[in-house]
Amino acid sequence: MSCDFCGTLLHAYFDGELDAVRAAEFERHLESCRECTATLGAAESMRSTLQRAQLYETAPTELRKKIRGELKVSTASTSASPVAAWRWLAAAAAILLVTGVAWFAVPHFRATSPESVTAAEVIDAHIRSLQPGHLTDVASTDQHTVKPWFDGKLDFVPPVHDFMDEGFPLLGGRLDVLGERNVAALVYGRRKHFINVFVWPTKEADTPIHPPGSRQGYQWVHWRHEGMEFCAVSDVSAEDLHELAQLFVQ
Amino acid sequence: MSSTGQGKGWDVLDSQDRARFEQLVLPHLDAAFNLSRWLLRSRSDAEDVAQEAMLRAFRFFRGFNGGDARAWLLQIVRNTCYTWLEKNRQVELMTEFDEDLHQQSSATPETLAIAGDNRERLARALETLPVRFREVIILRELEGCSYKEIASITSVPIGTVMSALARARQRLQRALAQPAQQEASHEL
Repeated sequence: MSCDFCGTLLHAYFDGELDAVRAAEFERHLESCRECTATLGAAESMRSTLQRAQLYETAPTELRKKIRGELKVSTASTSASPVAAWRWLAAAAAILLVTGVAWFAVPHFRATSPESVTAAEVIDAHIRSLQPGHLTDVASTDQHTVKPWFDGKLDFVPPVHDFMDEGFPLLGGRLDVLGERNVAALVYGRRKHFINVFVWPTKEADTPIHPPGSRQGYQWVHWRHEGMEFCAVSDVSAEDLHELAQLFVQ
Repeated sequence: MSSTGQGKGWDVLDSQDRARFEQLVLPHLDAAFNLSRWLLRSRSDAEDVAQEAMLRAFRFFRGFNGGDARAWLLQIVRNTCYTWLEKNRQVELMTEFDEDLHQQSSATPETLAIAGDNRERLARALETLPVRFREVIILRELEGCSYKEIASITSVPIGTVMSALARARQRLQRALAQPAQQEASHEL
């Protein structure tokens, strides 16, 4: 191409990206440059061709619906799905693991719990749940969906309640293992955080909500109520955990 | 956990964020889909990638500073498409700037007019362009983005947008002229 303007400047002019002075300058040049006139004509023709061909492809209605649904479940305060939840949790879990948190010298629940579930196990289980795809096996805000899901998977029936109105929406449940026994894990949301409530049966008498323990930014509370042992763990404040625990014993 | 922008930090967002996202970003789903479709040359792959990009955008929504939501979204869409291509069709990213392999004469407005009647052929011509040329054509001609928007979406200086667009148009004209000429000679 011999004409300097035919390169990029012509396209900037064609796209209305030149300032007034340079546009006027280019127009003066255009009067005497055949090459530019031809190139400009081709660009115009190309544009109308592209427009006539109606190449723009709009998103299928189904896709829009699907995305809306995903957004809904990935919003913590309303609900969560394993698919959406693990995606953000993946990074959180990765960060936690990469920082190389060492779980040693962990106080035991043994004093109060013959099942020998240690805080370390509970916190490990909590962190494990934050890994991709691990948070919930059944993702639902509906207690009537979550509760029956445990049927036949455990030798006990965990109490499942949604506390959405109290600020702890039920997000779902899953099976987990603590102290070599199968437990129910109920997942609740609290603002931007997740709370695991582990539940398993016990023969011990009810105990009040144990003062919260804390380790490496995680809090847990422990209590026994009507033949069930509970341990709630999260990075939310101890007050929040206590509040949730109270909802269980009410 | 807080987000400082794309690529770093994750947020767990609440329903208020979602409402804002649905108001500001979701309306640009067509743009997201259209760009994905043309970068990936497939509607079904575009559905997957547009969805992934949209959810990624949501996760990084706190990093959005309230500017041009479409450009912000399209930048994420484009990155998601490139990641997808890298993973699934690396070859396409490697045949980028070999535009001078076939120096042909530009199409005349007449041959373009013939080609334009055939959406299929135009689509195919567009799809033969290296992805970096294709994207500027899509963004400029189909999406109507300004150079500044294209620069921010594709993370290159405005000057680069300008020259990429010039070369992309030239190549598209050539790609269109070729089959038209071939078909014309068949008819003779």
